[in-house]
Amino acid sequence: MTQNNRERVVVVGAGHGGGLTVAFLRQFGYAGEITLIGEETVLPYQRPPLSKAWLKGEVSQESLALRPPAFYVDQNIDLHLGVRAERIDVQARHVVLASGQEIPYDHLVLATGAHARTLPIPGVQLSNVMTLRTLVDAEHIRSALGPGKKLIIIGGGYVGLECAATARALGVEVTVLARAPRLLERVASEPVSAFLQRFHESKGVTFRLNAVIEAILGDTRAECVLLTDGTQLSCDAVLVGVGAIPTASMAQAIGLRCDDGIVVDADCRTSDPHIFAIGDVAKRPHPLYGRELRLESVPSCMEQAKRVAACITGREPAAAEVPWFWSDQYDLKLQIAGLPFEADETVVRGNPDEAKFAVFHLRAGHIVTVEAINAPPEFFAGKKLIGSGKTVAGDKLKDSTVPLTDLAA
Amino acid sequence: MIQITFVEHGGTHHTIDIPEGMSLMQAAVNHNVPGIDADCGGSMTCGTCRVCVPLDAQPVTGERSSLEQQMLEFSGLDGSGVRLSCQLVARPEFNGLRLQIPESQV
Repeated sequence: MTQNNRERVVVVGAGHGGGLTVAFLRQFGYAGEITLIGEETVLPYQRPPLSKAWLKGEVSQESLALRPPAFYVDQNIDLHLGVRAERIDVQARHVVLASGQEIPYDHLVLATGAHARTLPIPGVQLSNVMTLRTLVDAEHIRSALGPGKKLIIIGGGYVGLECAATARALGVEVTVLARAPRLLERVASEPVSAFLQRFHESKGVTFRLNAVIEAILGDTRAECVLLTDGTQLSCDAVLVGVGAIPTASMAQAIGLRCDDGIVVDADCRTSDPHIFAIGDVAKRPHPLYGRELRLESVPSCMEQAKRVAACITGREPAAAEVPWFWSDQYDLKLQIAGLPFEADETVVRGNPDEAKFAVFHLRAGHIVTVEAINAPPEFFAGKKLIGSGKTVAGDKLKDSTVPLTDLAA
Repeated sequence: MIQITFVEHGGTHHTIDIPEGMSLMQAAVNHNVPGIDADCGGSMTCGTCRVCVPLDAQPVTGERSSLEQQMLEFSGLDGSGVRLSCQLVARPEFNGLRLQIPESQV
């Protein structure tokens, strides 16, 4: 493997994907110049703890960093933080920063992520109506939480539920409003939704499902949330967690193919051969599913960063991984592997009442998804079986007396 | 400082000085050691920071917790020496430890 050491890689977006791309490039021996550009003022950091350990005050900001400051010096990474990349000139092959500075590239990696979706209702601009994507957002939320405070969370997805769990631990009164008839409607199965709702309720969270919001009311600060049925719920703060929108405007401006994200090939290459896109912003054909997917998850972003670094350095890329996701709420560890496309059988192993079980989804006798609650062996066995495509009998899977080692061997 | 050597599957060595109290996963990540992915950042969720502790050093690194044991049951790696490096927190007795990194963390 050789690289022209005057070759240049520019990475736009210094989040998880961007930070890992530069790290993998150096791991893989890339000897050229590397520039990392990010709008946030801090070094790339881990976002998952923002709704959990960090919000609870259990970990420091320093410990969130993907790599320590010395890494970027030692590895000769040129950092431009707190800087906005304005546009790409594909002819000249350079990125133009807000300052007007032009940064030339041979390979450009767009890792611009996603931004929080907002609601088209009056009152979302009030100062204590918050969303969660960045450390600054999380600081804002942390300052609004405290014993006896009333927090209304709009959205029954992972961000909402993780923040609900953390807020309860901090003594906050929490009400979750969701438009759907059940929690995690798009991302978890019914048994998992039902279990989580019961668990959160046992910890004191109030849910209003099928809730449609008319407006958030207040002068400069949100004081209450008004539902279309006339209900008014008073609050000290509102957190909106209703999904994210890929930040693809720079790619759209130069005509890269976009469709709910930047469309890329299996190697994460966009319709311009010099430009890659990875992470939350990238929509990529997944070899295990034969369709384009935009996955918002750390493991997916890590796999893509590794793939791009392998392509740039001329390495054989690793085989595709089974996509997986995780969430921590209270002392619950949720681990999910695979995606439930066209599943025709659902099997529950273990006992939800003991907060230790797994839901397997099968298609024609093959496991396609496992959702594990406090059940790491089921998660890892399921992930392995999804990858191998081995046929499994649902009745054996359901029977906790049949060891997983017999099924996954 | 506690000196730890990580050995990649291909044989490349990385010898690192680690302060007491830091997890060996964190140390490997901070030094960009290939093969320690640590997707979850140390929350014992991903199982991608596995290392093999040589037999003679296993009394020093100690026993796996029950959760760690569950995490490793289907790792495809056998043997009592397999550990999650996020669960190995540097102590003075670790000085001189050599850890083998598996070919793949998947």
